[in-house]
Amino acid sequence: MNPTRKRRLWLVLALVAAAAIATALIAMALQRNVAYLYTPSEVLRGAAGKQARFRLGGMVASGSFKRAPGSMEAHFAVDDGDATLPVVYTGILPDLFREKQAVVATGHMRGDVFVAEEVLAKHDETYMPKEVADKMGVAHQKHDVKVPAAGATP
Amino acid sequence: MAVAQLLPELAQVALLLALLVAILQGVLPLLGAHRGIAPLMAVARPASYLQLALVAIAFAILTRGFVVHDFSMRYVADNSNTLLPLAFRYMAVWGAHEGSLLLWVLMLTIWSAAVARFSRSLPMPVVARVLGVIGLVSACFLAFMIFTSNPFERLLPMPAEGRDLNPLLQDRGMMIHPPMLYVGYIGFVVPFAFAIAALLDGRLDVRWLRWTRPWTNVAWAFLTIGIMLGSWWAYYELGWGGWWFWDPVENASFMPWLAGAALIHSQAVTEKRGSFNSWTLLLAIAAFSLSLLGAFLVRSGVLTSVHSFAADPTRGLFILVFLGLVIGGSLLLYVLRAPRLEDGKPFAATSRETLLLLNNLLLATACAMVLLGTLYPLLADALGLGKVSVGPPYFGLMFLLLMAPLVALVPFGALTKWQRDTPRTPTAMLLPWAGLSLLLAVVAYFMAPQGALKTAAGVLGAGWVALGTLRFVWSRLRANGRFTPEMLGMVFAHLGLAVFVMGALLVEAQNMVREVAMKPGQVEDVGAYRFEFRGVQEAPGPNYMADRGTVQVLRNGSPLALLFPEKRTYAAGGQVMTDAGIHAGVLADVLVTIGEPLGDDAWAVRMHVKPFVRWIWAGALLMALGGFVAAGDRRFRRRPEASPA
Repeated sequence: MNPTRKRRLWLVLALVAAAAIATALIAMALQRNVAYLYTPSEVLRGAAGKQARFRLGGMVASGSFKRAPGSMEAHFAVDDGDATLPVVYTGILPDLFREKQAVVATGHMRGDVFVAEEVLAKHDETYMPKEVADKMGVAHQKHDVKVPAAGATP
Repeated sequence: MAVAQLLPELAQVALLLALLVAILQGVLPLLGAHRGIAPLMAVARPASYLQLALVAIAFAILTRGFVVHDFSMRYVADNSNTLLPLAFRYMAVWGAHEGSLLLWVLMLTIWSAAVARFSRSLPMPVVARVLGVIGLVSACFLAFMIFTSNPFERLLPMPAEGRDLNPLLQDRGMMIHPPMLYVGYIGFVVPFAFAIAALLDGRLDVRWLRWTRPWTNVAWAFLTIGIMLGSWWAYYELGWGGWWFWDPVENASFMPWLAGAALIHSQAVTEKRGSFNSWTLLLAIAAFSLSLLGAFLVRSGVLTSVHSFAADPTRGLFILVFLGLVIGGSLLLYVLRAPRLEDGKPFAATSRETLLLLNNLLLATACAMVLLGTLYPLLADALGLGKVSVGPPYFGLMFLLLMAPLVALVPFGALTKWQRDTPRTPTAMLLPWAGLSLLLAVVAYFMAPQGALKTAAGVLGAGWVALGTLRFVWSRLRANGRFTPEMLGMVFAHLGLAVFVMGALLVEAQNMVREVAMKPGQVEDVGAYRFEFRGVQEAPGPNYMADRGTVQVLRNGSPLALLFPEKRTYAAGGQVMTDAGIHAGVLADVLVTIGEPLGDDAWAVRMHVKPFVRWIWAGALLMALGGFVAAGDRRFRRRPEASPA
């Protein structure tokens, strides 16, 4: 084998090894850090059962928001048109958090309650996260729940 | 008056003409260069200037619409109202989709005209091909704007009052963030067009490559500033205290940045040593393709992002087709033509080439990693694996793993010779400085109030890169004391990296945050800082009503700052927004936001202490400065001897 070939062989081997390690690491890191999105009815059906941490998407149920006076602990319910799930969150909620608006909360189940670590509402008040809209699409058609459209919010 | 009323139609006509000119600029010079017809090639430059003039007219008319409140223009009525202060009306021009697209096209035509103006040293066929490719890109964007997102659509009957600019965008930092970002994004069109021109021609001339290097540097520097402003804006405007979220929209701007950083380094090798030829061309294609992908991700709304604004799927489809054409077309051309390029010169295992190759591998892998993490939710959805999101820990971990070796190698790059070097020389030069940074890291480990390991890692990385870079400066000073702007640029950029590493790791390690319900007079401690809440008053703004809190901050018992965090309710639309009270410091920022009233006079208050957070943006600015300084090297502008004047 001439020196040029030999060098190339080493280079190729190093590249393959590096690619293999990178792929393995990426696959591992992805596995651990992927959070699935579920709607309340899916959670109640047990679809999210085995997962420690997941995201809950839906609308904040009308009249469900409560906060004990002087406390940071907020209670509300997330609704997808078919089912509702109670949520508890300690901390400041995003500015655009409102009843009858879409939210995505990340957290885990404790008993029958979803304990949220993070609650996201969107930048834009007329915007509904696409994945939540997709997930809720069926429920919307069944119950004729209004999809928030541009200009529909007061 | 009658003329003024017709201005939007005039703008419409200007845009259509610009499209026509762009098509001519795309087709004729390319044809001319292919067949060797000089008059056709000569179309390129005037077409470029004309296109810039036409788009600038359209842009000026849209700006005028905002300034004089012409609500008969739908875009103006949707994004402005009579209460909006004048400064924000100027920036409202690019506050939503249609206008930002017009800004995008304006930037593209500015780059195109600049290429036309500053390319006298290049042979005419090269100029014709480069401007032709830019013309084709421009034609696609103009068509996209005119047919799917026209900013000059009328709204009749004219409403008496407009809606509002998204309150989050009503901010000074946001005024310059999009233009900077776009200049950077679009700037990669120049190396891209050059790469396509070289592939069409079937050979890569080092003199032409030398000419593209400053363009890449300048584009990358602007992109750096754009990303830095975005990060800074997210920090103070969103009030979460974070500076980077690994959000799809942020990733969209970060991928071309990584590819651009790799491109800057590989262009240097290709220009100086004639190696990495095909790789440099591939990176140039990648950097621009990733810019387009970024535009697609941001504009189509296919990914859930905290930055997503209302998006329209048909637009996404158009960009997707465009993306397919550009990436597919240029890669096909690459596959057909790249094997014809000359092989690079050989180099030994210990040489600057090898180090820059590693730099490129690491940056490219990091870029691929971000791409995978960003697109994984789309892939999973398409494969029926469910709706997923990829969390920041994935990016954080992977990025750290990939950047650690890069940081370790940076000081070696400048001190190792081209082609062949003994590994002992640079190692011997750097060993004392490695020892010193290790010592600093140990001191930091024992001094850190919390997150000792991360603090030590930050000090080690930053100290190593900074001292190693200064070691290079020292050896230059001893040798002959002469620095080319190219070297100075590198020194600035690498020092910027050191400052950035320091900021990023130290703020991660020592960040403190508390969220509590506070009543007036209540006192809370966060680390060495004491926060005294003095209550909330109503305070009217120009187009909003604010609940303004007053918080006295003390450090080690002595008064540091009086902060006024606000909760604003905007008059039009009733959108609520948080405005953080920030005390900026070189060593630490103090940031306070208020949430909602909790009853009994109590308010939700969030207090952050962010050590070294400013270093992140200072580091980014230094990197950008490095890009500009390096671009100013006269060597790049020297006229090649053999070229026709």
